[in-house]
Amino acid sequence: MRGSYFDHNATTPLDPEVREAMLPWLGGDGGSSGRWGNPSSVHRFGQAAREAVEGAREKVAELIDCRTPEEIVFVASGTEANNAVVASLLAECAPGDRLVASALEHPSILAAAQAGGPRAGVEIALVPPDADGVVSAERMAGAALPGTRLAALMLANNELGTLQPVAALAAALRERGVPVLCDAVQAVGKIAVSVQALGVDYLTLAGHKFHGPLGAAALWIRGGAAFSPLLVGGAQERRRRASTVNVPAVVGFGVACAVAGRDLAERVAHLTRLRDRFEAGLAAIPGARVHCVSAPRLPHTSHVAFPGLVGQELMIRLDLAGFAVSTGAACGSGTVQASPTLQAMGMPYEEATASLRVSFGLPNTEAEVDALLPALAEAVAALRMPATRVAT
Amino acid sequence: MKPSQSLTAVAMSGGLDSSVAAWLLAERGEAVVGLSMLLWDHSGERVHGRCCSSLDLGDAKRVAAQAGIPHYTLKMDEEFRQHVVDPFVRDYLGGRTPSPCVRCNTFVKFDLLQERAARLGATKVATGHYARILEGPDGPQLHTAIDLEKDQSYYLFELTRDQLAGASFPLGEMTKPEVREIARRAGLVVAEKGESMEVCFVASGVREFVEGQIAEHPGRYGETPSDAAAEVRTAKGEKLGKGDPYYRYTVGQRRGLGVPSSKRLYVLEVLPEENAVVVGDEADLLAPGLAGERLHWIGAPPGAGEAVEVTVKIRSRHPGVAALVRPQTGDTARRVEIDFAEPQRGVTPGQAAVFYRGTQVLGGCWITGRL
Repeated sequence: MRGSYFDHNATTPLDPEVREAMLPWLGGDGGSSGRWGNPSSVHRFGQAAREAVEGAREKVAELIDCRTPEEIVFVASGTEANNAVVASLLAECAPGDRLVASALEHPSILAAAQAGGPRAGVEIALVPPDADGVVSAERMAGAALPGTRLAALMLANNELGTLQPVAALAAALRERGVPVLCDAVQAVGKIAVSVQALGVDYLTLAGHKFHGPLGAAALWIRGGAAFSPLLVGGAQERRRRASTVNVPAVVGFGVACAVAGRDLAERVAHLTRLRDRFEAGLAAIPGARVHCVSAPRLPHTSHVAFPGLVGQELMIRLDLAGFAVSTGAACGSGTVQASPTLQAMGMPYEEATASLRVSFGLPNTEAEVDALLPALAEAVAALRMPATRVAT
Repeated sequence: MKPSQSLTAVAMSGGLDSSVAAWLLAERGEAVVGLSMLLWDHSGERVHGRCCSSLDLGDAKRVAAQAGIPHYTLKMDEEFRQHVVDPFVRDYLGGRTPSPCVRCNTFVKFDLLQERAARLGATKVATGHYARILEGPDGPQLHTAIDLEKDQSYYLFELTRDQLAGASFPLGEMTKPEVREIARRAGLVVAEKGESMEVCFVASGVREFVEGQIAEHPGRYGETPSDAAAEVRTAKGEKLGKGDPYYRYTVGQRRGLGVPSSKRLYVLEVLPEENAVVVGDEADLLAPGLAGERLHWIGAPPGAGEAVEVTVKIRSRHPGVAALVRPQTGDTARRVEIDFAEPQRGVTPGQAAVFYRGTQVLGGCWITGRL
């Protein structure tokens, strides 16, 4: 696959340092070191694997500043972590209870709530964001009426890159005893994240969003917070997640966390430089409008509207020209459907379906950004021309 | 892809033919992009081998990956409903027997997909149709496939010269066994896939589909047709009894007429306004000619008042008969009358009559009745 990749909110390439650490656990040493045991096994093969997993747990704990590594549960994906928390709290609910979520939340939270809530007689309240893609902590706290058993607010939105006032919400809800779930999947590794400073009760992160491997993610559960497992039938992860641990992925995840913590300032500077260069260059494209510029944002995500065209067609044209980006809108019908996130912001349909998400990553260079801009300008101009038939 | 290289879009249904078409173009080193159209929501039906089921779209993606070409899915279900499904239902309610594949080609695969593909930068759209495009003195001509068993030129009669200029049929010179052999040798995942012969969006029976659509979309097709039993009568007005509602009958139908009779009867005519069906002997099915509308010529139309000698096919599997095409002048419905050299049975309103000269498709019309 040739071309430039600007879709790092979908996933990121594996850091070579991470890969190095994983290789012995993938038989990269020919099995000579015996690093392929089941961490639950009592013998020394198992002991070696267990030690590797616990080492990774410490690294994850350090990156998100939790008090003790035991609060970390390794899971397979951010989706699993989010599903598990929602299901666990719904199971504790009585009919008439309430669950509050921002309308920006990932489907792994919204779908889990909307599927399980009505069955349990639980009301699901969605709080929309303002026009700049940020949910007001006051509005959200206001929606958490008595009987609210969980409030879910993501740290950074996956489409827009906007940062949400999670700490303010958690502070407002603490005395009322409403636990807060923070989906930090898009934020960890891009900005400093401290579960202490946020004051939340549950936080989810996924290694592949910051150059770790696919298949390893973590759920942090504040000590003492209620939790019942999604997967049962084994004592792994202190009975919070039955399954043989995916040791190679977890080892890589740990190293990705360590590297992210070590290099964070440098990474933020690099990503911000690329994003700002890109957004400055958009001035040359008539009508291009970057969304949510007045809101606090992740350093690497640009969400841009190109009014007068269909974002999906722009995305395909760019892909064919060697630039991978994504649409802010899911492919819909005859034209295209606006994404629920953008609809919740009150963005007009024409603008929502004319948007692209460009998310930069560590391997990107300024030269790539400089190549993307003219390609984008050319594609936009071509798509804005009146519809033409295939050449005759 | 280099910007200088011209890009061909291949319409990929996930079936054998379009898969091999994509593979062949990619193998030639052309710049190719695979496009699948999501035309109909088959969720809830467990089907494989109909285009647009998620399994078939999955096959299209896998073949594209095997061929090393990019692939995208375009959701075009609203357009498909508007141009193909709704007219299909309306045809039945109007007492006609529709030919949805022609409309799908005319309006969706060529009109819309060529436009969408052009927007993505493609200069041609290739499909897995068995037909040929040959360069003539006045531009591209449409011809039958080499493999007459598989020939699909009938379904393409409404294309224009402009559309043919932007089209490519890589399988037109091949036989079906050759196509399958290519798929096998290439190891394509669809190599052993069967044919999809039925109307792609109709999962079970046509009757169930039409009635389901009417029930699902009240008012969409005008006044809900009476589901009263139709009067079955002979051409002489002899009443044989009450059968099914009229829209369940098609011209030429013999079985399941719903009325007792000592001799073999065939449906000759369906009369929606009267909720009646006219039946008669096999010999009564023979017609000396047909009346049609929406006459279309791929090339330049004949001069005013000029009749044209052709071979006409009055349904897709019809062997064809020599005929004289007489366009009715000064008529916005583009009406036409066609005299057969010898009487034909099964002149069915709603079907297409397609004109051939040798292997060339000259054009065609939509049958409204018999002469």
